[in-house]
Amino acid sequence: MKHQAAGTAAAGTPAIEVEGVTRRFGSRWVLRGVDLRVDQGGVLALTGRNGSGKTTLLRILATLLQPSRGTVRIFGEDALTHPDAVRERLGFLAHNPGIYDDLNADENLAFAQRMSRQSADPARRAEVLARVGLVDAGRERVRGFSTGMRRRLALGRILLRPPTLLLLDEPYASFDADGIALVNEVARSVADAGGAVVIATHDLDRAAGIMDTRAEIDDGVLVAVPITARADAHRTVLLAGSGGV
Amino acid sequence: MNAEMHRVFAIAWKDVTAERRSKANFNAVAFFAGLMLIMFGMAIGPDNAALASVSAGVLWLAILLSGVLSFNRSYEREIEAGALDALLLYPGDRRSIFIGKFLANLLFVVLVEVIIVPMAAILFKMSIAPIFLPLAGILFLGTVGFVALGTFYAAMSSRLRAREVLLPLLLFPMLIPLLLASVRATAALLDPSLAGEAAEWAKILVIFDVIFLAATFVAFEHVIEG
Repeated sequence: MKHQAAGTAAAGTPAIEVEGVTRRFGSRWVLRGVDLRVDQGGVLALTGRNGSGKTTLLRILATLLQPSRGTVRIFGEDALTHPDAVRERLGFLAHNPGIYDDLNADENLAFAQRMSRQSADPARRAEVLARVGLVDAGRERVRGFSTGMRRRLALGRILLRPPTLLLLDEPYASFDADGIALVNEVARSVADAGGAVVIATHDLDRAAGIMDTRAEIDDGVLVAVPITARADAHRTVLLAGSGGV
Repeated sequence: MNAEMHRVFAIAWKDVTAERRSKANFNAVAFFAGLMLIMFGMAIGPDNAALASVSAGVLWLAILLSGVLSFNRSYEREIEAGALDALLLYPGDRRSIFIGKFLANLLFVVLVEVIIVPMAAILFKMSIAPIFLPLAGILFLGTVGFVALGTFYAAMSSRLRAREVLLPLLLFPMLIPLLLASVRATAALLDPSLAGEAAEWAKILVIFDVIFLAATFVAFEHVIEG
């Protein structure tokens, strides 16, 4: 399946630029002044303990949350003032796949096509179902799917309109070996097409083959961690991880 | 048809299809509404005059209380599936989500009414055949305003833990003028001595509908973003 980027940006424009982002829930600071840059073609693995702020950062990048302070630019667009520009580029595999149980797999994809203003193209859906290994389950209601099958379908929904920014939250959970290979293949194809990928994971072994850079969030502060895999690429640059709010 | 209209119908189609297949919500809500009518009827007793005097109010209370259950369910489906975030990540006008859910909820409540209005007519000895069309018109006008507010407040309370309790607490005070106009209009239709009043109450219902639809349409984007 040929992969095409969903949008274009000037060469050299960072895919993700985050400056001074803080976020608190009530009195608890989850992110404390996060600075981050991911260049086009970069794959960043984001690690950290449970509750360290990985998902919060992903949700801010996905425009689902507003930071308490700070700026977020995606391919040069301000994500806070132009969220739709980000959503046009975005593929987000969340921990909860957001699939409708009472629709079948094909209907879930058809719904996604309509909602993302694509033509309802059955051939494209069949192609995507084949790629995520659900071609035989396309007419089955999702209620009977395993967790892994639901996540495959969620990945298929992303592939309907290939993103230039791919955010993956614990993408290896519930996947079998083929599923894990598929996730990495999709991530690599997005990066190779000039997009950017952020993978929040506890499972570094599985991400090792594709990540360029690793960053760890510790108590809301982002720190760069040297890695060996693909270290020669250096396409992803962490600016800083300054602490304090 | 433009892209936003496609999105509106996609949302409405998805909600209606999911409900048609699961049927759990519709069956429970229709049963609840019917049970309410029976209990009110039994509480009031066999006095025809007493039954006639409360019939319009009881009918609208049954519609309102059963409608609230369906509005909650409309967003619960999104929350349970983790689909609300996915819905918000589609680029486009958020108000398409509102209109799509409004249409699906409107259809749902109208279908519940199709079941409970004849039931109320039998239990409360309402003679609805001669006033069928005007009664249908009043029911529709009252239902439009009710569903607009219900869909809006259900979105507002959808991310809250106590949403089942909060939705009626938020919604019912706002519904008082609409409920009053709907009950008065329906009572006027049922009582030949008040026949002239129904049209006046219907005009008030139209005004409420316009205000509620406009206000909820404009404000929806702010409540759904969370």
